[in-house]
Amino acid sequence: MEKVDYSKYAVVMKGITKRFPGVLANDHVDLFVKKGEIHAIVGENGAGKTTLMSQLYGLIRPDEGKIYINGVEKQIRNPNDAIEAKIGMVHQHFMLVDRLSVVENIVLGQEPVKGPFFDLGRARKEIRELSKKFGLLVDPDAIIEDLPVGMQQRVEIIKVLYRGAEILILDEPTAVLTPQETNELFEILKNLQKQGRTIILITHKLNEVMAITESVTVMRLGKVTGVVKTAETNPNQLANMMVGREVLLTVEKEKAHPGEEILQVKNLVVKENRGIEAVKGLSLSVKKGEIVGIAGVAGNGQTELTEAITGLRRVESGKIIFKGEDITNYSPKRRREMGMGHIPEDRLKHGLIKLFPVYYNFILGEHDNSKFSDGIFLKIEEIKRFSEELVKRFDVRPPKIDLLGMNLSGGNQQKVIVAREIAFNPMLMVVSQPTRGLDVGAIEFIHKTLISMRDKGIGILLVSMELEEIFSLSDRILAIYEGRIMGETTPDKTTPEEVGLMMAGHKLEDIRQEA
Amino acid sequence: MNIKKYLLNEKVIISLFSVLISLVIAAIVMIVIGKNPLVAYAALFYGAFGTKEAIIDNIMKASPLILTGLAVGFGFRAGLFNIGANGQVIIGALLSAYVGTLVGAYPFFLSIPLVMIAGMLGGAAWAAIAGWLKAYRGAHEVITTIMLNYVATFIANYVVNGPFQAPGGVPKSPSIAYSAQFPNIMSVGATSLSTIIFVSLAAIVVIYVIIQRTTIGYEVKAVGFNPYAAEYGGISIGKNVVLAMAISGALAGLAGTTQVVGVYGRYFGALSGSMGFDGITIALIGQNDPIGIALAAFLISSIRTGSNQMQIAGVPKDLVVIIQGIIIFLVAANRIIKTIRIRKRKEAEA
Repeated sequence: MEKVDYSKYAVVMKGITKRFPGVLANDHVDLFVKKGEIHAIVGENGAGKTTLMSQLYGLIRPDEGKIYINGVEKQIRNPNDAIEAKIGMVHQHFMLVDRLSVVENIVLGQEPVKGPFFDLGRARKEIRELSKKFGLLVDPDAIIEDLPVGMQQRVEIIKVLYRGAEILILDEPTAVLTPQETNELFEILKNLQKQGRTIILITHKLNEVMAITESVTVMRLGKVTGVVKTAETNPNQLANMMVGREVLLTVEKEKAHPGEEILQVKNLVVKENRGIEAVKGLSLSVKKGEIVGIAGVAGNGQTELTEAITGLRRVESGKIIFKGEDITNYSPKRRREMGMGHIPEDRLKHGLIKLFPVYYNFILGEHDNSKFSDGIFLKIEEIKRFSEELVKRFDVRPPKIDLLGMNLSGGNQQKVIVAREIAFNPMLMVVSQPTRGLDVGAIEFIHKTLISMRDKGIGILLVSMELEEIFSLSDRILAIYEGRIMGETTPDKTTPEEVGLMMAGHKLEDIRQEA
Repeated sequence: MNIKKYLLNEKVIISLFSVLISLVIAAIVMIVIGKNPLVAYAALFYGAFGTKEAIIDNIMKASPLILTGLAVGFGFRAGLFNIGANGQVIIGALLSAYVGTLVGAYPFFLSIPLVMIAGMLGGAAWAAIAGWLKAYRGAHEVITTIMLNYVATFIANYVVNGPFQAPGGVPKSPSIAYSAQFPNIMSVGATSLSTIIFVSLAAIVVIYVIIQRTTIGYEVKAVGFNPYAAEYGGISIGKNVVLAMAISGALAGLAGTTQVVGVYGRYFGALSGSMGFDGITIALIGQNDPIGIALAAFLISSIRTGSNQMQIAGVPKDLVVIIQGIIIFLVAANRIIKTIRIRKRKEAEA
């Protein structure tokens, strides 16, 4: 074993290379994380950040390269090895059992026992101590599914700490949080840092990097393109390193020229899967040529609302009127034929068929259009020609139309969906979380596309958990909380804090009265 | 690199490896019980291909298996597990036999299509029941198709013991009209090569075209791969589940029909044998690809045809069941083979 002094670093990854079929996900990546610092890894989607961290946590094994933990070379073959090396990871998608309590989730796999029995009392005590020590307050006996997302995330963090982690990896931790919850998370992270923990933060959000980290590693296309101290950089410089060119961080747009109302939702009531009302008598309208943004924390009825409007979910009561026609009970196909496009929230669930080649995905929903089929046979040549065109126009990379959907990066999958939905000239576009998990370059592209659609007179209903996105795109902002609209405003007449309060359940008029 | 070709190769390799490994394991079993595997396999091969009679027998065994394999494979494409091919074979055969007895006055170019359509419709309708129950009542097709197998069996038993019984008190239907029977290409001894093999070959082409080239194939595959995205794209899941089951059932019904019009000339109780269940094996080995299914059907028919000769050579013919079992196990657990290949590749690189 070669002898190098890495002892002041909690984590050193040296020359990490990882190949997937056809992709070099990590290309001789070096990462140095000092003990006790908060270190950000930023980069576009598909830059290889999560791949890199998955190797540190033993989820996948590097093809080449070495990992040193506190100066000692370690073989991390699986998560157990990682836990043994005191590394913990909080995943982007929580790994919790919804029906179990907080305590049960935390000790899962390492349950303290008394003889043959599970010692719940001791587990509860240990967790109380942990949460007190780190300021992570959470009720140990609450059931996970009853907790808000921010709380669930705390449970994940405690889980990692319970396993003795000294080095914490957090993958996109703020993606699902409200501004308030994000601030609370940052407090917790700073607290952990004070207690000597080392934190690695994977993120896209440059303002977060600036707010909380000490140093940053920037990745692009599997390579490290920059290592900087946070104090010596700025968001623009980071963005340029991420994308390799100048990026507009704000969206440039003209004033909207809204036309007539194209979509009206009246007293809509929709149930979620468990039969509980998720949308509770909601009304809204969208005009041609405007973007109406719905701000809200995930799980407040947005999913059910968009699914009801696009016909994927049954409406309990209320009306949906599109182009003056009551479409409440129309099939998704009929709505599509009338000119309603949909960029769905979960692109892998609804938007894309992973095992279909790109050119098949481009005609999803339009496959029986006379352009692509004669009623029986698909016009494969025509479909391919059309797909080649879209791939070029929307810069889908790699530009291979017979690649399977699953082999594209998240950003390029989203481009395929957006391209498809625009290509059939909709009059209304229901857009849900269009940039979730996307990199700066792709976000810029999607935002520009949405604005240009608006300028062509298309009405856009935009649902997003990203307040920044809502502010930079919307002409009108509605805030949703527990299936109801808390108030309507416009970006120039409000502040993120005010909308944040509405997202937390305060009515706009109450907020303004108090102020 | 052509991704499609790559995938196809991967699939072919998995199936071939599975067959080879299972032959090796069966050879080990033979050595353990004190038999010479080389002698046994030579006998197996001779039994399957050694004589004209063997080859004819082999083809005639493979012919319905191709159809039931296609039936199950098409269901898999839509994400449906059609375990009820046997019941669909029975209903198809029964209906075609019934129509076959009615068409004596028509020339063959009318009676043959009528009989075939009846058989396909019978199988399709029988399978569509399970499809409808799945699409609109949420009943799982594995359960309903198994149940429908029993129903089909008992209906057939009743019918050929009662209203549709041939004179003489034996449980079989009357003969179908001569004009509805498929001619033989040749006969050697007691075995005849019927033209029904062309029905199976045509079905391979038709199913291949449906899957690859038509909007039906597109919708069925979309529903099979990702029902949520299909629904999002305006594709009706219910309609396609019923349709896919019906097409699957029509193929199984056609398998039954070919036995009526090309082999027995009538319906009788044991006609379906286990061909519906063999279809599952064949669809798995053939990886739901029409051409793969055809090859898999010939593989299964070959080891079955050859097994008698193997028995004569002193090796129990039940060994072919072991071979078949191991092949399915390996194809289903294809990760085993993938892992071996990846490891080899890594070693080669290192």
